[in-house]
Formats: sequence, C-alpha cells, structure tokens
Amino acid sequence: MAEVEKGCELFSAGHRACGGCGPALAARLLLKATGENVIIAAATGCMEVFSTPYPETAWAVPWIHSLFENCAAVASGIEAALKRQGRTEKVVCIGGDGATLDIGVLCISGAFERGHDITYICYDNEAYMNTGIQRSGATPYGASTTTSPAGKCSRGNPRPKKDMPRILAAHGAPYVATASIAYPNDFVQKVERAINTPGPCYIQVHTPCCTGWGFESGETLNMAKLAIETGLWVNYEMVDGEVVKAKKVMRKPVEDYLEKQKRYRHLFKPARQDDEIAKIQAIADANAKRFGIDIKKKESSE
Amino acid sequence: MLEFMEGSHAVAEIVKRCRPQVIAAYPITPQTHIVEDLAQMVANCEIDAEYITVESEFSALSACLGASAAGSRVYSATTSQGLALMFEVCFNAAGMRQPIVMTIANRSLGAPLSIWNDQQDSISLRDSGWLQFYAQDNQETADLHMIAYKVCEDHDVLLPAFVCFDGFILSHTYEPVSLPTQEEVDAYLPAFNPYQRLDAAAPLSFGMYATPEYYTEFRYEIDQALYRAKDAFVRAGREFGEQFGRDYSALVEGYRLEDADTALVAMGSICGTAKDAVDEMRAAGRKVGLLNIRMFRPFPAQEIADALKGVSTVAVLDKNISLGSGGAVGTEVKAALYGSGISVYDYIIALGGRDVRKRDIAAVVDLAEKGEGDMFYGLRTEVL
Repeated sequence: MAEVEKGCELFSAGHRACGGCGPALAARLLLKATGENVIIAAATGCMEVFSTPYPETAWAVPWIHSLFENCAAVASGIEAALKRQGRTEKVVCIGGDGATLDIGVLCISGAFERGHDITYICYDNEAYMNTGIQRSGATPYGASTTTSPAGKCSRGNPRPKKDMPRILAAHGAPYVATASIAYPNDFVQKVERAINTPGPCYIQVHTPCCTGWGFESGETLNMAKLAIETGLWVNYEMVDGEVVKAKKVMRKPVEDYLEKQKRYRHLFKPARQDDEIAKIQAIADANAKRFGIDIKKKESSE
Repeated sequence: MLEFMEGSHAVAEIVKRCRPQVIAAYPITPQTHIVEDLAQMVANCEIDAEYITVESEFSALSACLGASAAGSRVYSATTSQGLALMFEVCFNAAGMRQPIVMTIANRSLGAPLSIWNDQQDSISLRDSGWLQFYAQDNQETADLHMIAYKVCEDHDVLLPAFVCFDGFILSHTYEPVSLPTQEEVDAYLPAFNPYQRLDAAAPLSFGMYATPEYYTEFRYEIDQALYRAKDAFVRAGREFGEQFGRDYSALVEGYRLEDADTALVAMGSICGTAKDAVDEMRAAGRKVGLLNIRMFRPFPAQEIADALKGVSTVAVLDKNISLGSGGAVGTEVKAALYGSGISVYDYIIALGGRDVRKRDIAAVVDLAEKGEGDMFYGLRTEVL
C-alpha cells in the first residue's frame, strides 16, 4: 500500500502506459467525473499494471485491486461496508473487456442482480492486451489477434462482440451506457449520471489500443472517432432496459476504419477480401438499424 | 450457563456477538445451518450487519475482502468445494493482510463427491497464509471464533483465519455449550480498529503488483506475521482463560502424555474419541497419550517437539491425504521431530466421513508399536 501524492489530476501523469493509450485517457476522464469522493475497485489488466507498480501509484483516490475476475464482488463488499458505516463514497469498478465480458461475468452478474449501488466501467480495447493481444468476447468479427490469427484457413476472429450492455440491462440495471474516449464530455456526463443513479450501473467505454490494433500512437482519438462514424461502435444510453438515446452520424464505409489497423490487414493484403469486408459492413448496418443512428439529409447530429 | 445446542447454532450465536458488519456466504453442506441462522438474525434485526447473498463462494470471500479493506469486521463460512473455489481469493486475502475470520465445516473434496467429513479442504490451503485453528468440540469451536478475531485483527498479525470444526460430527451435533453474553464478548473483543482502510479522506492504493525487487520481501513479511500470530494466540488464549475460565494459550494440548511411551497426534473432533481410547489403554496398563494440534498454521513445530519429548513412538491420525506423498500432518510432525530418534508413523484415517471407533484408535497404537505405519488405516480390500 503506497501513499498517494496529490497532483492536479486525480489520475496522475508518470504512469507506464504506452504512448497513445486509450484506457489511460479513460481513467483520467473517469476521475474527472467522479471527483475525490470515490473508491475504485480495479480488475487485473493493462490499467492496473501500468498505473500501480509498487511502490508507485497513479491513483489519488482510494483504489483496490484484488484479482482478475472479482472486482464486482470486491465492490459489493465495499458498498455494504460503507452503507453499514454510514459513509458517502461512490464505489466504481474498472476492468478491461476480458475482465468484464469473459472471466468476471459471474461476479458482475451477481453484483447487478443483488442491486448494489455501484458503477462498473468497462474499458473496451477489444482483446487481452496486457498478456499480448489475445482474443476476448469483445474482440470484433474479423480482427486478427494472437489467439484468433488470420491464416491460410482463418480470417481472424470468427465471432462478433458479446453484447454486454444488453446482458446487464437485462439484470434490471437502471442505467447502462456506451461511450468513447473520442467524445470525452459525453463520457464524463455518463459517468456522472451513473454514479448518481442508485443501483448498479454500467458503462462500456471504447478505448482503442494502438499497440494491439496496430496504428500510430497519435491516431488513438481518430480511431475511436472512426469507429463511431462507421457505425461499428455506437454511443447510446439505456434507462431501465430501454435505449433512450444514441449518437447519430453520417456513416462512412467500414473500410475507412478497417484499413487503418494492422489487425484487419489480412482483409486487404495480399488480396482484398470483399466478402469479409461486406460481413463487417453488415454488422455496422445492423447497428445503425437497431439504434437508428443514421442522419437523414438536413438532420443535424445529436 | 450451559445450553444444549447444535454446533452450527453455537457458531452463529458467537459470530453474532462478535459483531461483524458484513457477512457474505454461499450455502454449501454442511455449513448451511450457520449461514441460515445468521440470515435469520439479520432478518430479525438481532445483528447490525449487511448479509450479502453472493452467487458463489468465490464472490463470498471477494466481498469479504472488499468490506474488510473498507474497514468493516467481516465473516464468512464455507467448506469443501466452496473453499476450493475460493482458492485464489484465499491467497489474495492473506497477501493483502485482511483479518477475515471464516468458519470451515470440514468436509472432503471430490472426486468422488462426498458431503462427509475429513479435513482435506482446509489442509489443502495450508500454504495460503491463513491461520488455521481446529476445534475438538463445539465449546472450543465457539471460543476459537472470539480468539480468532482478536488474533487476526492484532496489528502485529493482520492475517485471516480459518476456524475449522468437523462437518456433521460437530456442525450438526447437539452438545452443551456455554456462550458468553454480548457484554462479556464486548469486554474481550474490542471494536475493529483497521490498520489501514479505503477512505476518500486518506487515499491509499491496495493490492498493487510487485516486481522481483519487492515480491520476496512481501512474502517474507507475511511469513513473519504468521509466526507472530503464535504469540498473539498465546496472549489471546490466556486472556480468554482469565475471563471465561477456559484457557486456550496452548497451541498444542497434551492428554496423559506424562510418562507415555506412545503418543497419538490428531486434530479436531477425533481427539474426543482418542481421549476415551487412551483412557481405556491406560486402564489396561499401556503407556499411551494424545497430543491435540489446536493450531495447524502457523505450524507449532517446537511446541510439538517439546510436548513429545520422552515418547518413543508417535502415531499421527491424518484426516487428509497429500496424494502421492502421505498425510499432511504426519509429514510435518516428522519434520518437527527430525533427529529426535522418535519413530513417527502416519495413518490416513476417517476420510470422507468414515467412522473412527475407540477400537480403531487402539488398533493404530498396536500398529505403531509393531513398527507398521505410513499407510491407509482400515482399507476395505474387498472393494479395491
């Protein structure tokens, strides 16, 4: 346990994330939204490792890491203890997509079903980045990872992303949202709403990983923005299980996003895989239809 | 005042009086009566605690860890497969120095599935950094809970503990038990005073990762804290005796060991049967005694060596098997007596709920005195 030095940011500089790290930006924005009166329960993963090598910590708020898969259960206990002690800190979990969509589902499902007053933030960089870019349940269709590599008889990850927001909305979560680091104010507002909504709330924030996805470190925000603009990521809110708001866009073709990332390189080289690109386009089209995000002519973005 | 009650109920009653603020547990036979009783106490507002009905044992201990780190006294109970599911959290909770007290209603581990008693579950966590106490009867079970909180929360210790009592044999058995009043417990066990806690007013980071430059020293400090727990236990056990008249300051307890040639060594409820068997053998002129190991972690090697000084033969009753090696208690007793010249024999006995009778104990003593040991006792060769 290390003493925390207060800086001007609650998530301080000097941590060990890669240059251009999307999750690091999400952490900084998260604490801007929560302020000081918060306790963070973190899952094992990139963010935990780059921010807390003993005896240094980047967190100027109380922070606890136990294991990979149990931060929602740890948070359940913290919330119960605070309640019994009459304390006011908000309890916020933070875990990557592997911790959240895969190994931690049991603990998250239990915590949400029981209705603890916690907010769970999943920073989604779409693979196990800390261990070397292995596929997770959040890896998108067609992405090449070290465990779903493209090859002679593989075109990358064979499955679409698991729909965790809908799974948690089905638990009766009063507030579920997706967000993107490309839209920081939107993310901050969603965190504020989540922590001030009684009961278990969930936000899945899209955090591109330049190392894992294969793009220049200066392009992180552009990549996050392109995911939104192509309809492969949709920023929306669900209140009591119903989608109430989704960010509208003038959609671009998905290849504008795919061709800039090495994880999709096999779709373009050595030969262009039109059928695969069409399948990914169909995913974006389905997203657009489900959330109604297409801007019709003369309609402005929300 | 002695009251006639089920072992599990005695545990629930004493836990209530220890005032945990957060209880998190998942039902598993034969632990269920404890957590059912506690849930009813919470429902009746007899206990000022949050009861978290977790979805697994893994989450039970994880929730306890979080609540403890937030500064609350916590409680859980489990057994067998549930404890196995907690394996990862057990090591973590000890490493994070959280003084969690958990009752283990000892039960065997599958496969094959068995709900009946042995001590394989808690013994298998012997390397995890948890203190381990084994009770002989329900009075000792109840008393050890109060002592466990006191020892675990001692700032010289700050470690979690298993209070182990044999599933069904004690958990579901009615015995007379003297339970202290709330005021008496409060006088013995002060309110939880966490060494550090998660607190927005004084932010700290808990559970950081350690590079090779630091990891060894963390493990060393945990190991040292375990050894300090011996002294803390002796102090807490003596204070208990002063207040309640039942002294638990001994990490090991000898029974008719004076002038004994052969000593049995055992843990838990089997000691009751062994004491009766010793009495019968003594009446028949045989110089036999018993050593009960009350605290298995930290392992009281010196105390065992001191207690067994003067015997020529030791027979260890092991209600567990470290497959491919032998019984865990026997292995450690042999290490404790290394170089003493005492012959130590190990007997794997009472696995998966098989009854042990006085004549079985006498038969083990016969085997040891003939120099036959390091074996499964009472194998039914006809079904092999």
